[in-house]
Amino acid sequence: MATTTHIPAAPAPAVHRPKRRWGATVFGVVVLAVMLFPLYWMINTALQPDASLVDVGPVPTGLDFSGFTSAITEQGTNLLTSLAVALGAVAICLAVSAPAAYGLAQFKLRGSRTIVFGTLITQMVPGIVIANALYSAYVDLGLVNSYFGLMLADASLGIPFAIVLMRSFMVSIPREVIEAAEVDGAGRLRTFVQVVLPMSRNSLITAGLFSFLYAWSDFMFALTLNTTDDVKPITLGIYQYIGAHVGDWGSVMAASVLSAVPAAVLLVLSQKYIAAGITGGSVK
Amino acid sequence: MSSTTAPAAPLPADPKAPAAEGIRKPVDPRTTKRRRTLAQWGFIAPAVIFMALFFGYPLVRNIVMSFQDYSPSTFFTGEAPFNGTDNWSNVFNDGLFGKALWQTILFTVGSLVGQFCIGLALAVFFTRRFPLNGILRSLILLPWLVPMVVSGIVWRRIFDQDTGVLNSFLGTIGLPGDTPWLTSTGMALISVILVNIWIGIPFNMVILYGGLQEVPKELNEAAALDGASAWRTFRSVTLPMLKPVITVVLVLGFMSTVKILDLVLALTDGGPADSTQTLGTLTYQNSFVQMDFGAGAVVGNILILISAVFAVFYLRVNRNEGK
Repeated sequence: MATTTHIPAAPAPAVHRPKRRWGATVFGVVVLAVMLFPLYWMINTALQPDASLVDVGPVPTGLDFSGFTSAITEQGTNLLTSLAVALGAVAICLAVSAPAAYGLAQFKLRGSRTIVFGTLITQMVPGIVIANALYSAYVDLGLVNSYFGLMLADASLGIPFAIVLMRSFMVSIPREVIEAAEVDGAGRLRTFVQVVLPMSRNSLITAGLFSFLYAWSDFMFALTLNTTDDVKPITLGIYQYIGAHVGDWGSVMAASVLSAVPAAVLLVLSQKYIAAGITGGSVK
Repeated sequence: MSSTTAPAAPLPADPKAPAAEGIRKPVDPRTTKRRRTLAQWGFIAPAVIFMALFFGYPLVRNIVMSFQDYSPSTFFTGEAPFNGTDNWSNVFNDGLFGKALWQTILFTVGSLVGQFCIGLALAVFFTRRFPLNGILRSLILLPWLVPMVVSGIVWRRIFDQDTGVLNSFLGTIGLPGDTPWLTSTGMALISVILVNIWIGIPFNMVILYGGLQEVPKELNEAAALDGASAWRTFRSVTLPMLKPVITVVLVLGFMSTVKILDLVLALTDGGPADSTQTLGTLTYQNSFVQMDFGAGAVVGNILILISAVFAVFYLRVNRNEGK
């Protein structure tokens, strides 16, 4: 392209147009680079575990995975804990919210409107306020430092969103479809499981993905509802780790990369669901 | 309709026959109806109970707790005697509350303005057609999907005064490269706001982009034909049409920003010298560090009060949206 710079100010208009469109692409790439730089830096630092703090180079010169090996030895259990807790939370979340979303969408029950209204309101209760009251209740019930207790609390992060999202989808299931199933002799529960759920697959997946991300990213409940090291998800693990070994950034960053993997994987695998979830759950 | 059991198959066109059969059934229709309603409630009940326990109960419990005297030994003895309005007056008389409230306001306003303006600019930018638009737009979501604590820790590394990449970069291009981003009382809150803007941009962008797609293209074209400049068209045609979406974005952004906790703990732990303490971190500190759950509940209740005002606002918008 260097040769064109010698020709002064005579760009053919036909060339001009596509050039401007690529110009927008270039700008977009620059914006993306700025936005993703911290994540790049996280990976870059993770791959240079032996570099002293000042001379972490802009690109890793060799691939040194020792940061990752030490992160896995030290945080591997916590990653598994996060996975178990998040999967449990998704199961609880969907089991509770899918039937409710169906009921609120299709049954004409008195009080449904109030419940939908209440569901919207719950999304505004600050988590730390919930933790504040939940802690003493958890102490009384013996749920502090338990997997099940954390799963329940993490499920609460996704339930209102899941109900709102799935309900807005299930409203559009035609009544005739449901009535036809019931006329065929299917009970209410079978109609739900065999007809409604398969039809709402996309909204179920979206709700499931989001409740997974919420539970996986949870830090506050992990921090407040655990007093021992028995149940320690990766978010809490990394937080406590920087408190203890500020020097070892290579493995802290490696652990951070590992904790960001599910988000990245979900983004790649399920782009359309995520975009649908962000817009669907908030605007409708 | 259980009447289909009637042997009226040859005459399905006759509406009277099956109906007459149905009446002879011995089941009282009111019982059937009640049983149906009960079964239908069975679908909704688990969610209602769950939300009552995890949202309703904490709301009520926090109010009660704010009048109780909690101490580190409370959870061994199980005793938290009522102490009137002691917690409230203690919290209000402590200068830290006012400081945290003010910093929460600064944090929220600063974050929202930054997230919204940049998010809107990017949303408008992405409405143009250019190669790779879709891929770039979805990759930008990544910062929003990474756990917030983790983002906070990465930024803490970047912001490090002596060894962070931000200062060494600024030094290289000839700017002062020794800003104490997180370690000076004057800069720390600004730095935390900058990180939160970074986290919030993708969310704002995606929703506003969705809103912009709904604005009919003909409107903009008509305005352009009438000789309106691009900026004028945007301001007097696009923005008014976008208003409902803008309100939703700002209110949702407000709700998630005002209660901030994760990010501040990961970046600064509320310091230095409480200069990044917010209502969220103050609640946490009172309850889970000092073990004074009464004082924590007071700050928590204030936080709920602030959120409630905006919840009303949000629901009104939501209701209008539904029409």
